[in-house]
Amino acid sequence: MVPEDCRYTKQHEWVRVEGGTATVGITDHAQEALGDIVFVEMPEVGAALGAGETFAVVESVKAASDCFMPVSGKISAVNESLADSPDKVNSDPHGEGWLVKVELADAAEVEALMDAPGYEACLKEEG
Amino acid sequence: MGFVPHVDGERRRMLEALGAGSVEDLFEDIPASIRNPRLDLPPPLSELEAVEALKDLEALNRYPVRGGDYFIGGGAYNHHVPAAVGAVTSIPSFYTAYTPYQAEASQGMLQAIFEYQTAIARITGLDVSNASLYDGGTACYEACALAMRQTRRRHVVFDRSVNPHYRELLKSYAHNVKAEITELDHSQVAADSPGRIAERVDDTAAAVIVQNPDFFGRIADYSALAEAAHARGALLVMIVNPVSLGILKTPGEMGADVAVGEGQPLGLRLNYGGPYLGFMAARRKFMRKMPGRLVGQTVDEKGRRAYVLTLQAREQHIRREKATSNICSNEALCALTAVAHLATIGKRGFVDVARLCLQKAHYARMTLGAVEGVELVFEGPHFNEFVLRLGKPVEDLFRAMGHSFEPGIRLDRWYDGLSDCLLVAVTEMNSKQHIDEYARRLRDWLCN
Amino acid sequence: MIFEKGVAGRRTSQYPAADVPEESVERLTGGVLRSSPAELPEMAEIQVIRHYQELGRRNLSVDDAMYPLGSCTMKYNPKVNEAVAAMGGFAGLHPYVEFFRAQGTMALLRDLEDLLCEITGMRAFSLHPMAGAHGEWVGMSIIREFHEASGSGRSRVLVPDSCHGTNPASASMAGFAVESVKTDDRGEVDIDDLKAKLGDDVAAIMLTNPNTLGLFESRILEIADLVHGCGGLLYYDGANFNAIFGKCRPADMGFDVMHLNIHKTFATPHGGGGPGSGPVGVTSRLEPFLPVPRIVKNPRVDPQTPLVWSMDFDKSVGRVAGFFGNVGVLIKAYVYIRMLGAAGLRQASEDAVLAANYLKERLRPHFPPAYDRSCMHEFVATPGALTEKSVRTLDVAKALIDRGFHPPTVYFPLIVAEALMIEPTETETLETLDRFADAMCEIAEKATADPEWIHGAPYSTPVSRVDETKAAREAVLTAPIEESASAG
Repeated sequence: MVPEDCRYTKQHEWVRVEGGTATVGITDHAQEALGDIVFVEMPEVGAALGAGETFAVVESVKAASDCFMPVSGKISAVNESLADSPDKVNSDPHGEGWLVKVELADAAEVEALMDAPGYEACLKEEG
Repeated sequence: MGFVPHVDGERRRMLEALGAGSVEDLFEDIPASIRNPRLDLPPPLSELEAVEALKDLEALNRYPVRGGDYFIGGGAYNHHVPAAVGAVTSIPSFYTAYTPYQAEASQGMLQAIFEYQTAIARITGLDVSNASLYDGGTACYEACALAMRQTRRRHVVFDRSVNPHYRELLKSYAHNVKAEITELDHSQVAADSPGRIAERVDDTAAAVIVQNPDFFGRIADYSALAEAAHARGALLVMIVNPVSLGILKTPGEMGADVAVGEGQPLGLRLNYGGPYLGFMAARRKFMRKMPGRLVGQTVDEKGRRAYVLTLQAREQHIRREKATSNICSNEALCALTAVAHLATIGKRGFVDVARLCLQKAHYARMTLGAVEGVELVFEGPHFNEFVLRLGKPVEDLFRAMGHSFEPGIRLDRWYDGLSDCLLVAVTEMNSKQHIDEYARRLRDWLCN
Repeated sequence: MIFEKGVAGRRTSQYPAADVPEESVERLTGGVLRSSPAELPEMAEIQVIRHYQELGRRNLSVDDAMYPLGSCTMKYNPKVNEAVAAMGGFAGLHPYVEFFRAQGTMALLRDLEDLLCEITGMRAFSLHPMAGAHGEWVGMSIIREFHEASGSGRSRVLVPDSCHGTNPASASMAGFAVESVKTDDRGEVDIDDLKAKLGDDVAAIMLTNPNTLGLFESRILEIADLVHGCGGLLYYDGANFNAIFGKCRPADMGFDVMHLNIHKTFATPHGGGGPGSGPVGVTSRLEPFLPVPRIVKNPRVDPQTPLVWSMDFDKSVGRVAGFFGNVGVLIKAYVYIRMLGAAGLRQASEDAVLAANYLKERLRPHFPPAYDRSCMHEFVATPGALTEKSVRTLDVAKALIDRGFHPPTVYFPLIVAEALMIEPTETETLETLDRFADAMCEIAEKATADPEWIHGAPYSTPVSRVDETKAAREAVLTAPIEESASAG
């Protein structure tokens, strides 16, 4: 069962909100599909991005996947530890493998995303 | 005929295994209206006839047989290539091999390219090199593309002392991606170039491009320009003659971000312009933005050192329209040639050949410059090329010199202010005798 | 590794001493000197030769073994081509010589352009692009210029979902947005999907024919009409031309622009990854846009200089190479075409297609074809029942190396899972084709009985499977500067 305290996108990003800040990452399903992560190309801190815009590229040996903003906002932090340990995205995608923190532009956008059961159903459909 | 081994009996056996009546059945999907066109090609030749026909064509080329009679450069130079280099590159396991995608079966090529990458990084004084690009000119636009990706800007600045063909290439490429170009006149004094160019770099600039030695052979120090570019968030791209790096201050030492250039002088034959070798080296932080293939070191399942194509996720076959470049084939065999050449001439030889070029070019510049009617166009330090202004139309010079002598390159095709000017190159192949002979011929021609 | 093999002071033969008076290096260079010499190897020549001999032994090549790489056309590289290209009059010619000194090479290039026109039906060629992908970018630039010149700035390019990655990458580099068209159940372009995606903002469709599945696009004439009908152009990716050269011409199929892969179809060596050559051909309405310079008849009367290079084409996309392209490679293709003639080209493609179909049938019991129909010069197969034993295409490829064959192309095209793309070419003997088929079947049988074995293949190579993750994470791309060397 995917973590309940998160919301999800169809492109396999998760969001966890604490106060006005959201933490964003990719799901276990995504890291599994990509294989061993070798590098994450991060946005600039301070960049303002809209929902659906690419904020990062997660690179494995065989693929490079765009990550899309689940919500709009300003990037307030990036997970710098991934530069030396990109494997955290594989081993702990919802915890230590977080990608960026976002100052939310509009908290309501989070509500519009899938909840945990919704995302689970979506994964089952994808088969 | 055509290197196919099959005899009719074998073709019949294959058709029987397929249950097909004739080979033509296998081409049914081609609409009949366009199948089997009549091709009006010359009749096929045996090997003997083909070689004779090509010798007839070869005979129409007039070129110096003796290396010392070449005084022509402009990015491609006549250098001595030790026989050992040809011995290496004619090993069929290298030249008839494919791209080393299957690492276990291709450690030879992979290691050779890793060694090439190392050699290029060391001669340029930068951190990483790719496995090669097509030539110096295309390497130049790839460097611009890298700078534009890195800075997210679209403006590129350079002056006319950069190789004219490379500037034309940049413009073709820039047109594709709607980049803006600022092209300045070259400085009359090379030492003024860094300052003059810096004045035109603002915070819309992605890259500043300079060439050292420049197209006229002049040497300058671009360290201050690197600082100026960085202060405004732009990258410094340097085009360099790899042979000059035997003694000259490196792009790395000057603070450049990317170094590119033409690797032909590192053991490749002149070949009327190709195949040549585009090299690119850069600071480590740009590694993932670099186009082309990269060979990395790793280990196998038993912990043995091994080499493999790496960071492929940036390349076209994975990233497709978002790739760093569309490049697929590069110039692998030429890269092998270059590293084998560097390994053969070695650490000392790399310094020696640069010193010889420097000294002989200086002697030639003084000697030819002393001929009545000849003017030296630029002052200041030069490496292995310089510009002469002649008292008579340059066009007439070539026929007067005879077909076994190449006096240099006419500059009027690119530089309005340099009509009747000649770009003269000198390498270790030009003996003092050849240089004195050139002066003598020049004197005779000018006096008649 | 070569940087570990030197000893300080060792060298091969030296350069002669300077025969001119020597001045201060500091003064001559204005003091713009590097602080210390580049750390290059210091080896004796015998070491250099043995080093590369050893590396050669660790490298598989066409001269050693069959290379059934789909879409790569690893045919035999005739040695006569090498010998001719190396002749002093060709290899020693500087690209900046005055035109009257280069008439031999210029005549050869001009003749080659004509031969390629005849073979492809195109009106004119540029030999400048130095690789297939380079040709694609040039071709797409020509298409962009054509549309801009006729006032319709079209921004979209269509590609099949089975296409090679260079197609969308090249279109993107030329400033276009790229959209995929689906492949139908028969393995050809889905015409309905194509119709849905066509519009008057489509600049072109890029196609390979036969496509990357090795299948001829049987409805190509219809596709050409549809695309031309909405004002778009057709681009031909020549990677698979070996299937049809002599049998069918891209211009006759309706293509407007194309590139050829000289290092595939025209038998020049792959060189371990290059140099190649990717000439671009066009129909007459696109000729004004070809890159410059071009070889033309000298407008001035000069018996010594019948041919000149001209920059006088104001609609040209501009210069695309430092000089004239990979002339040393083009000479090899020229010799090849002159030796084969029309009959030889036709025989080559017929034998290539026959050999591929033969292998498809021989492999069928263990490696079912992805599309059960007659193929062209290559076909896509899958591991079939092996997947139930968790045996993957990658495993089969590695096991083949132990049997002395280079593996086929794997995991391409992307639309077939666990794809094995096999292209024998016309130059392998029937004995070799049978040995290859036997080896594949034996591998399948052994893997079925013992899947563990195949996961550890290859066993006979200097290294076993490599850690690609470590390579990408650590990204060690150069050797570290070594301490002063000990005896190598």
